[in-house]
Amino acid sequence: MRAIQDFFSRTLAYWQAAPMALVFGFFFLLPLAATAMVSFWEYTEYSIEPAFVLTNYSDAFDGCISSLPDLCTTFRTYLSTLFFCGGTWLLTLIIGFTVAWFLAFHVRTMTMQIVLFTLCTIPFWTSNVIRMISWIPLLGRNGLMNQLLLSLGIVSQPQEWLLYSDFSVLLAFVHLYTFFMVVPIFNSMMRIDRALIEAAYDAGASGWQTLWNVVVPLTKPGITIGSIFVITIVMGDFVTIGIMGGQQIASVGKVIQTEISFLQFPAAAANAVILLISVLLIIVGLTRLVDIRKEL
Amino acid sequence: MSAERRPASFYWLAAFFALFVLFLYGPVITIVTLSFQGPEGGLTFPMRGFSTYWFSKLWEGIGVVDIGAALRRSAALGVVVMLLTVVFSVLAGLGLRQRFRGSGILFYVAIASLIVPSIVVSLGIALEFRIVDDSIKAFGDAYEVGWIQSSYTTIMGLFTSGLGAHLTWTLPFGLLIMIAVFNRLNPAYEEAARDLGASPWQTFRFVILPIITPPLIGVAMFGFTLSWDELARSSQAIGAYNTLPMELRGLTTTVTTPAIYALGTVTTGISFAVILSAMALTWLIRRRRARHGSDAGKGMV
Repeated sequence: MRAIQDFFSRTLAYWQAAPMALVFGFFFLLPLAATAMVSFWEYTEYSIEPAFVLTNYSDAFDGCISSLPDLCTTFRTYLSTLFFCGGTWLLTLIIGFTVAWFLAFHVRTMTMQIVLFTLCTIPFWTSNVIRMISWIPLLGRNGLMNQLLLSLGIVSQPQEWLLYSDFSVLLAFVHLYTFFMVVPIFNSMMRIDRALIEAAYDAGASGWQTLWNVVVPLTKPGITIGSIFVITIVMGDFVTIGIMGGQQIASVGKVIQTEISFLQFPAAAANAVILLISVLLIIVGLTRLVDIRKEL
Repeated sequence: MSAERRPASFYWLAAFFALFVLFLYGPVITIVTLSFQGPEGGLTFPMRGFSTYWFSKLWEGIGVVDIGAALRRSAALGVVVMLLTVVFSVLAGLGLRQRFRGSGILFYVAIASLIVPSIVVSLGIALEFRIVDDSIKAFGDAYEVGWIQSSYTTIMGLFTSGLGAHLTWTLPFGLLIMIAVFNRLNPAYEEAARDLGASPWQTFRFVILPIITPPLIGVAMFGFTLSWDELARSSQAIGAYNTLPMELRGLTTTVTTPAIYALGTVTTGISFAVILSAMALTWLIRRRRARHGSDAGKGMV
């Protein structure tokens, strides 16, 4: 009895971590392994068969080398996804940094910071799909924006590019994810010793010099974490691009989703593996910079 | 300090911030307004009257989808996800206070689960369950197990694959919050409790738990709302019956009346109710503590 008790108290940490570890094992690691495995299987119109073939990968890049310099569908899809990724990253970074800067350095009391922060989080209580379709009455053919432009005489007929276009997809991404950039950057900024800012000021640095040479380098961990979050979400997205692009714009996530709906699981799995590798490459590039665990 | 004059940049940044808030709120306010469109009204402005007509339409059901059932499914799943997220996160947070073999792996797996694209996780779970299904059917055929051959279809479902998919999304958040909380927890409280002869369970129940209750409510709130809105990870892994966000996404292409805005208003209202009650609960606990003169939680921040 005593021995059993000793055993449990010595291994307590393992027992405490076990439930979460099991969930990740069953619903994250095994599924990833299953995806990697199935990506080498064969499939017909109605079944998938265990095998070890590379056709799913070669199909994904079918004609990509031979048709150069023209881009094959896969390359075009990745290029379009990377375009949204880069655009969203740049916009959310600039807007997010500015907002975080205001909250961290210009709002003086903690109560006010909490109030303004809460103000920014409230819209996130609405589901993403709702937040997407709520652009329709604003940007649609008969939407507010077109009514405004028409009545001001800026345009002579309703603008079609406002909705179901690259523009609306980018707008929705920025709308949905900028705050994910604000939070980690704000967190990093709050850790900056205010004496450093004063020292820079005393040493004669201008506002911009302080920003660029003191604040930005010290905020790098936050910027990296926010960037990883935004980039991985956009890289795998199929919902936002689907709804805001009027189901007309291709993305890597949508390709996978379409293949699943046609039950072409091995092909979808191969594309998922390729997507995962591309995302990991981007993240490895970014995380040369920070140790996430120190940031908590 | 407070008499110090604001620099000009303050006003520019304040204006920028105000625009950002307007950008965040504008669309949501628009659809909440439009959901009260009169019976003659359409998807865009102008408002033709003001009514709750589209809410009653919603109540009768829009399209072929049973919204009420989807709403109940999402709520039930959200509650289960919330409870498991709280329990598992606290346990793992406690465990990770000690460095043990594999503790680093658990942490990085949690981070990975957060940043691996949702469509990949969703597909993976679907494949895993498909393989399990095929194996069970093969087993049933090989050993002539009657009930498998006659009635087994799949183990995929809301509370198997769907629950797992949601947990891969909520647990990383829960774990990160709990690690942050325990990093800031002063070990002196526990040492004091131990010195006074408290058992490990008593230390947890009467010292640690009261201190971490407010952030725990936060984890619970996160758990529910993340699950309530989850779409990408559910998409391939939910089984035969869809959750509310999935039905909602389907409706965006088929429903062309303000009823869909009414639905948006209703789901937003539920999120608000959950979060406001979580906040109220935190506030009540604070007040109770102030009244009873407890200093639990004061060591935080």
